[in-house]
Amino acid sequence: MTRLSVIALILLVIASMMIGAARMEGQALWLIWVSRLPRTAAALLTGMSLAVAGVILQQLVRNRFVEPATTGAAEGAMLGLIGITLVAPGAPLIVKMTVAALASLASLWGFLLLIRRMAPRDPFLIPLTGILWGGILGAGAIWFAWGADLVQYLGSWMTGDFSGVILGRYELLWLSGAVALVAYGLADALTIAGMGRAVATGLGLNHDRIMALGLAAVATVTALVVSTVGSIPFLGLVVPAIVGRIMGENLRRVLPTVAILGAAVTLAADILGRVIRWPYEIPVGVIVGVLGAAVFLFLLLRPGHARTA
Amino acid sequence: MRARLSLLALALVALAALYLLFGLSGRIWFILELRSVKLASLLVVGAGTGIATVLFQTISANRILTPGILGFDSLFMFLQTLLVMVLGGFGYATLGQMPKFLSETALMTAAAVALFGLLLGRGPRDLARMLLVGVVIGALFRSASALMVRLMDPSEFAMVQGAMFASFGAVNRTALAITAVLSALAALAAMRLAPQFDVMTLGRKRAVGLGLAYDRLVLMALALTAVLTAAATALVGPIAFLGLIAVTMAHAAVPAARHAVLIPAAAITGASILIAGQFLFERLLGLQSSLAAVIEFGGGLIFLVLVLKGKVR
Repeated sequence: MTRLSVIALILLVIASMMIGAARMEGQALWLIWVSRLPRTAAALLTGMSLAVAGVILQQLVRNRFVEPATTGAAEGAMLGLIGITLVAPGAPLIVKMTVAALASLASLWGFLLLIRRMAPRDPFLIPLTGILWGGILGAGAIWFAWGADLVQYLGSWMTGDFSGVILGRYELLWLSGAVALVAYGLADALTIAGMGRAVATGLGLNHDRIMALGLAAVATVTALVVSTVGSIPFLGLVVPAIVGRIMGENLRRVLPTVAILGAAVTLAADILGRVIRWPYEIPVGVIVGVLGAAVFLFLLLRPGHARTA
Repeated sequence: MRARLSLLALALVALAALYLLFGLSGRIWFILELRSVKLASLLVVGAGTGIATVLFQTISANRILTPGILGFDSLFMFLQTLLVMVLGGFGYATLGQMPKFLSETALMTAAAVALFGLLLGRGPRDLARMLLVGVVIGALFRSASALMVRLMDPSEFAMVQGAMFASFGAVNRTALAITAVLSALAALAAMRLAPQFDVMTLGRKRAVGLGLAYDRLVLMALALTAVLTAAATALVGPIAFLGLIAVTMAHAAVPAARHAVLIPAAAITGASILIAGQFLFERLLGLQSSLAAVIEFGGGLIFLVLVLKGKVR
């Protein structure tokens, strides 16, 4: 499966270089350097880090249906962005990003508090709670945005879109790619942490620290992606679910494939968005939203697996 | 019960009067006309949503499911967008209010029966899963509508956009009249069926044993829910949690299980919430269209509390 996704990824990258609204005449190299290459890189980094963030969260919460969009992490980041835009509109990018990441972390923490008393055997209640939690945070964000005439900003964070990506406008995403790499280094620790506090402590692991690290990684990735390209729902849920069905659950073995497949799916969705109504574009968030929700429904409704999920 | 219901009704009348007459000055008749159109739409939407939610909760034998939460209104948006897409902007515009609304409602009923009949048909068993499925279905329809909207002409998009956002500011009067009549008919039908719904709450086996045509009644209730939701959504756009707040408050105000009381109570609370909210936001706080966001916020909170208190299991 890994080899297959690598081949698919390479083909997609080549296609992504060739396809777009602008024609390849005269300044083709310049076009590739300024627009196509950054856009391709942005799609790859986003897909990879979101998919990895999904896996991390699923391990930590011990539920297969959680991911940044079903735990309030994305909405938390939006709230943070709105807050900092209101308080200090001129703040440097790194400050805004930090605030967004902290807000995202806070909402993840709130989510964990909400579900703390639930047994991990409640596979459907946990994501349901998360989606509602996200909905409440999102409604709060809309409310604030209304008051401050920021609804347009909010729109750009809510729907992931790569069409605005050019050289110099996406570089922060490399950071989220780096976070995903760090997560790979922590893979074994995360797997053990997923077995629960008692087991993890018995095996000599500082459970709380790994938990905090994992959540911080998820929050950072979410905040970076939301503020740079906008939220892409269900990606972190669907990709790990597909990989997990085929390759099993060993995190260290599975993570690279999850990252590659996440990147490939995102890039494919972006290319699809460029082609469907050429020369206009359809945001990648919309396309992934439709496909992702459909796959999610399939995962929920497939018979027999209700309680093992 | 009767006394409490009359009190609720009185409160509604008082609210309506306050909404109509507050700070009236200048060109009185013009203002009154404007306000009464708004008031009428608030009434129709609030009452319709309340009734639809009661019916839906009866067929799903549950106090926290609502049509909005299970994606009814995003289904309606999806169908409307699909209709514009298939007929084209010109075909859609020349369809006329009445046939348009009727065809939308018919489509909506069919789709709702197919979809939620499938979900509810096997009986209310794994509620958490059903809720999650509903929420994801809602997300799916919203994304699909967004996708179709992106594929349309700008002029076609403008037609859809008019229906997409909850706004009591710009209500089409013809649509309001049609919706009011249809909603009133649906409410009357619901009231006539009220005793049968009471029997339904005993559970399928007992209801069938008592001679109730259970499946047919479920179908009828779904159809009525679809009509009322379609009417409310067509008029002002989706407000997902309004029904939940209305019915939760109605249960608190009128502790009755009989539908002959419950249905009007939910209708009254639904309308009262909208009118009070709109009054508060428009007149006192000077804010415009954020009422929907606030209802989503508060309703989401109530829902979350209900879920966490274990009402789902």
